Amino acid sequence: MPTGLEVRGLSKRFGGLVVAEGIDLDLAPGARTALIGPNGAGKSTFANLVTGILRPSAGTIRFDGRDIGRLSERQRVSLGIAKTFQITNLFTRLTVRENLRLPVLEREGRCMRMFRPAQGDPEVEAEVDALIRQFDLEPLADRPVSDLAYGQQRLVEMALTLALRPRVLILDEPAAGVPSSETHLITDAIEALPGDLAVLIIEHDMELVFRVAASIVVLVNGRILTEGTPDTIAADPEVRRLYLGGEDG
Amino acid sequence: MRNLILPLACLLAAVAAFFVFPYDLAFLTRIVIMIVFVLSIDLVLGYAGIPTLGQAAMYGSGAYAAGLFSIHVWGDPLAGLAVGALAGAAIAALSGLVVMRARGLTLIMLTIAVAAILHELANRARGLTGGADGLRGIRVDPVLGLFEFDFIGRTGYWYALAVAVAVFVLLAVIVRSPFGLSLRGIHESPARMTAIGASVYWRQITAYVIGGAVAGIAGALAAQITQLVSLEVFAFALSAEAVIMLILGGTGRLTGAVIGTTLFMTVEHIAAANDPFNWLFVIGALVLAVVFFLPAGLIALPRALTGLIVDKGGRDADRT
Repeated sequence: MPTGLEVRGLSKRFGGLVVAEGIDLDLAPGARTALIGPNGAGKSTFANLVTGILRPSAGTIRFDGRDIGRLSERQRVSLGIAKTFQITNLFTRLTVRENLRLPVLEREGRCMRMFRPAQGDPEVEAEVDALIRQFDLEPLADRPVSDLAYGQQRLVEMALTLALRPRVLILDEPAAGVPSSETHLITDAIEALPGDLAVLIIEHDMELVFRVAASIVVLVNGRILTEGTPDTIAADPEVRRLYLGGEDG
Repeated sequence: MRNLILPLACLLAAVAAFFVFPYDLAFLTRIVIMIVFVLSIDLVLGYAGIPTLGQAAMYGSGAYAAGLFSIHVWGDPLAGLAVGALAGAAIAALSGLVVMRARGLTLIMLTIAVAAILHELANRARGLTGGADGLRGIRVDPVLGLFEFDFIGRTGYWYALAVAVAVFVLLAVIVRSPFGLSLRGIHESPARMTAIGASVYWRQITAYVIGGAVAGIAGALAAQITQLVSLEVFAFALSAEAVIMLILGGTGRLTGAVIGTTLFMTVEHIAAANDPFNWLFVIGALVLAVVFFLPAGLIALPRALTGLIVDKGGRDADRT
């Protein structure tokens, strides 16, 4: 039985507008794949199709051999497909610790419990503490997220998604809006992700992409233009013309 | 432990008020009942982030249900409260299935519509509710078979206070639970809650039903103690004033509901007695002052005061 995510012929049309056309993509456990392409290429649409926010017009999405194309966003989360938000979307008035406690409780199906405190379960707290350590958030753990710098909020965003214990993690522009002086925080955090996790990174920051990705898929106008290792992509004349070296003419 | 100081101080003040204002027990009891009602709105609006201007729908249902129950079935007050809670919960569940599909302004309009429909139903069903004349003839047995309701309202006050304390403790447990945390999460970001696998719709309906049960208890208390239910229990003004009381005290904090309600009703009581024509002006000024200077409500007053005294640079300095 094939493991991991297997996308075949995925298409999405909004009326006459084609935003994704015949996309094939595999994400095996441990994959580090980057999805790049100019603005409007359909990268976020692809991510939304895989996580279930959008329904595909055609094509199949299989996860561990099972067709998940008709499952809801919630059902896919419980199977282990999770995505970070392109624009930070956190519980801003809750503390960092509360932000991480919530997905752990939700994953464990404990959020309908009303008569015991949310705080203080040793297993949950141990997991939350481990995430806080993993992302170097210890000094900020009891601050409301609104107090944090944007780069730190992006780390909470990743930690929160990782708290769902996903098997496929989609990072939608993890470094977007982060000042370049803080980008290394994001890169380090991505490099420290569990080895067996399948990661799809949608990103504009080429330095970050070439550091963390083992393979790169180039998307243009909703279609896959080419794919390969970072070296072949960097050498591809069409990619250079269309995207990477656009300003050279 | 620090979280207990303010609620305990409020309870102490409520006990002291019984002895300090022995001739105002009817008014004090009205405050306590209103606190229960505003607590229900705090759960729905302050914690779950459901904007409502129609919580009176559940309050009124609880009042009529408890009143009718005592007239036709049984005069026991605690059984009446249970019936009121069930009525409030049932109305919240039925209307919530529709209302929670909407967002924002549409949702507010729907909550108002539900209360308006019930108002008209109660008005038309004259034979059952007494219509505009109100539901009369409510007789309530002694509490636990021991404490008879008296003319001065001593039993009524202690009874209402005991129920209010029980509701407060129950809600305090709920808002600290995983369920309560998930409601705050929905308040902050429904999209994110869906993305971590929560069903926002059912979670909000559950909160609405619990809030509806509490509002029903408040209505039942009012019916039992005043021994009258009028159409006003469904009035828009009741829902709206309760929301203002909550905002005054501070949303998303249970003690905020207690403080806001007490202050609003006390100011209203004194201002209306001194100047029957212009007392609304005082309320308006009070609300404006709080919204401008203490947007988080009166409960944030101590922190705001310390913020004025402590060097403001400290907070910015440790950001960098």
